[in-house]
Amino acid sequence: MRILTTLLIASFPGSIFADWETNMPRGVTPTSEIAYDIHMLIFYITVVIGILVFGAMLYSIIYHRKSVGHKPASFHESTKVEIIWTVIPFIILVGMAIPATKALILMEDTRDSEITLKVTGYQWMWQYEYLEDDVSFFSKIDTASNTARRLNSGLDVFEVDDYLRNVDNVVVLPTDTKIRILLTASDVIHAWWVPELGGKKDAIPGYINEMWIDISKPGIYRGQCAELCGKDHGFMPIVVKAVPKDEYIKWVSIQKDEKIAKNR
Amino acid sequence: MSTNIDKLHDDHHHTPSGIMRWITTTNHKDIGTLYLWFSLLMFFIGGFMALVIRAELFQPGLQLVIPGFFNQMTTMHALIMIFGAVMPAFVGLANWQIPLMIGAPDMALPRLNNWSFWILPFAFTMMISTLFFESGGPAAGWTLYPPLSLQGGDSMPFVILSIHMLGLSSILGAINVIATILNMRAPGMTLMKMPIFVWTWLITAFLLIAAMPVLAGAITMLLTDRFFGTTFFTASGGGDPVMFQHIFWFFGHPEVYILILPAFGIISTIIPAFSRKKLFGYDSMVYATASIALLSFVVWAHHMFTVGMPLAGEIFFMLTTMLIAVPTGVKVFNWVATMWRGSMTFETPMLFAIAFIVLFTIGGFSGLMLAMVPADFQYHDTYFVVAHFHYVLVPGAVFAIIAAVYYWLPKWTGKMYDESLGKIHFWLTTIFVNLTFFPMHFVGLAGMPRRIPDYAVQFADFNAIASVGAFGFGLSQLMFVYILYKTLKKDVTAEDKVWDGAEGLEWTLSSPPPYHSFNVAPKID
Ligand code: HEM
Ligand SMILES: [Cu+2]
Ligand SMILES: [Cu+2]
Repeated sequence: MRILTTLLIASFPGSIFADWETNMPRGVTPTSEIAYDIHMLIFYITVVIGILVFGAMLYSIIYHRKSVGHKPASFHESTKVEIIWTVIPFIILVGMAIPATKALILMEDTRDSEITLKVTGYQWMWQYEYLEDDVSFFSKIDTASNTARRLNSGLDVFEVDDYLRNVDNVVVLPTDTKIRILLTASDVIHAWWVPELGGKKDAIPGYINEMWIDISKPGIYRGQCAELCGKDHGFMPIVVKAVPKDEYIKWVSIQKDEKIAKNR
Repeated sequence: MSTNIDKLHDDHHHTPSGIMRWITTTNHKDIGTLYLWFSLLMFFIGGFMALVIRAELFQPGLQLVIPGFFNQMTTMHALIMIFGAVMPAFVGLANWQIPLMIGAPDMALPRLNNWSFWILPFAFTMMISTLFFESGGPAAGWTLYPPLSLQGGDSMPFVILSIHMLGLSSILGAINVIATILNMRAPGMTLMKMPIFVWTWLITAFLLIAAMPVLAGAITMLLTDRFFGTTFFTASGGGDPVMFQHIFWFFGHPEVYILILPAFGIISTIIPAFSRKKLFGYDSMVYATASIALLSFVVWAHHMFTVGMPLAGEIFFMLTTMLIAVPTGVKVFNWVATMWRGSMTFETPMLFAIAFIVLFTIGGFSGLMLAMVPADFQYHDTYFVVAHFHYVLVPGAVFAIIAAVYYWLPKWTGKMYDESLGKIHFWLTTIFVNLTFFPMHFVGLAGMPRRIPDYAVQFADFNAIASVGAFGFGLSQLMFVYILYKTLKKDVTAEDKVWDGAEGLEWTLSSPPPYHSFNVAPKID
């Protein structure tokens, strides 16, 4: 099977560029790490339960079949067994609910943030406002992707750098800083999501939602809109560039200078 | 059984022939047949749309359709599959089986029954015709979230009217099921002696009556927002777009159980038959079904963890959702315990039922993962969710329906299907269903959102596999049609008790059963 699929895949154009990522990224923020840890915890628990249940079933399928001459037993209830397999799953669930609830409390705690980024969703771009520094700009899909993505554009999307994952204006954010993100939208509901920075949150007209991130590693992090927002929903990428604090301060002052220069 | 008297009565019965027989019929078997054929047709129409989607997603870049049309396909695919394929199939099975299983001559409200079916073709003709409007069909997803759905073109009022009609049809059908089950059981058949399929349908019927009006309310408010200047869901007028989601999912989550409880009933019927052993824990199966149904009304917001609910709300909905896993687990354990130390054979219905247990459980596992809010912030609105609900709906609900058809077809028609073709159909279907939906877990976790017509190149491989699987799955279903065709062409040869391990009143009747199932109520002791 494995060989077959590999062969099948090898014949597809461009697949050499693609990779085989199969899991959630652990990411670079406390919230993404929590999500990942909870994800793995429950994944392993389900694997164990799966092995037990499917194992019992497989055993039964192999040994309790008519063709090997197995005669049916006559039992059809057992209060004891039924109580056991109601209570044990319940206990396992409590065991999962505790870390999950703790994690959730931490994830929703947006207090003590150092800077605030306001994100507004538009059909089909994002607006970013750095509230403390009075810097703001729009960010939308880059031209290369936007040309290649047209129906029958004739361009090979595998040739485009970061196809559908690049923007004209990148969001620059400092590392090692608790950043509060406020989310809203001007037309329909969008959702701001960069997997490596943690979960998503909806940007809803008339609402201001909050989330926080604290990026531990400098780098470029990519994501995209995650709530159906109309025809170009698939074409609203997000790019965050995380830089050390001093570099961030420099970047902010350049933005401010440019703004003053423009207004003059 | 007084078969002679049945025959006599049948001869006296004047049914119009040709098309008028089907239009005017009030017979539960005819109506059941209509429902099932209609559902099969809808499976193929909805399936065709799925293949348009998968063809476009075969490779990154747009090759076949523009994004707006892609969104119409995802929206219509879901609406057709849920309301046109799965629900009518279950109602069809209810129509055929409930009177047979409880020893009744027919459904309690035969004219109503005729109506609940005949609303459907009109509703779907209207809904599907919107695709040919200049402004196209609905494109905001089957969840119809405003404000996006309010931006839709001319299709919107038509789609809303057709959903109203579907809701009406479901409610009438549900009333009929309840009236039949509560009033027409054979003497001696107490509630706790009812076949489990009848139980699950009774509970489903109550869910339908409770949930469908909620949907009707939500979409009517959408309609007035759009055409009559109200602002229920428009923030700029003091309304609240999130309110719609709450109302929608208050319908929506019970709805997903409407789509699975009858399937539980089918599996609980088939597994004992081919294990030659009574269903393990009948009572706890009934209680588990009832508690799933009750819980399903207090978990709705697990579909909207990312809207920014208060912490307490998130914790509440996480815990209640996790709780549903307990009765669901009981069901799975009971099925395995039924197989345990049985004397199993593996005819086609049994194969589909076993695959159901395994693959539905995988869908249950991913459901449990989705219930964990911290992780759901990552999973939500990705292909991981798409994988989850397809595992519970395709190898879940749809496999149960296919299993039921193989199981009861010889009873309905008096003709046995071709067992080896059935087995080939099973293996093709099972392999392709996994090829299609398993990779979706991976791309979802790796960051691919759902409802997008085009994607970044790192998702290309798994998407290509999923598309190959989808076409394989679709083509395999043509085999199902061929098997049905081949069976129907045969002569009547099936025995009355088709399966040696099967239990229930339906097997005491001839195959095919007389026009009025039980003219004299059988005695149950
Ligand atoms: C153990 C039982 C289950 C649990 C804990 C569970 C949990 C969930 C959760 C939390 C979501 C929302 C995910 C998200 O959008 O982020 C979801 C989505 C969904 N589930 Fe389940 N689920 C279970 C069983 C089922 C069953 C039996 C069905 C139907 C047969 C079903 C059908 C769906 C559907 C259709 C959606 C997606 C709806 C949409 O957004 O379009 N689930 N489930
Ligand atoms: Cu979007
Ligand atoms: Cu739900």
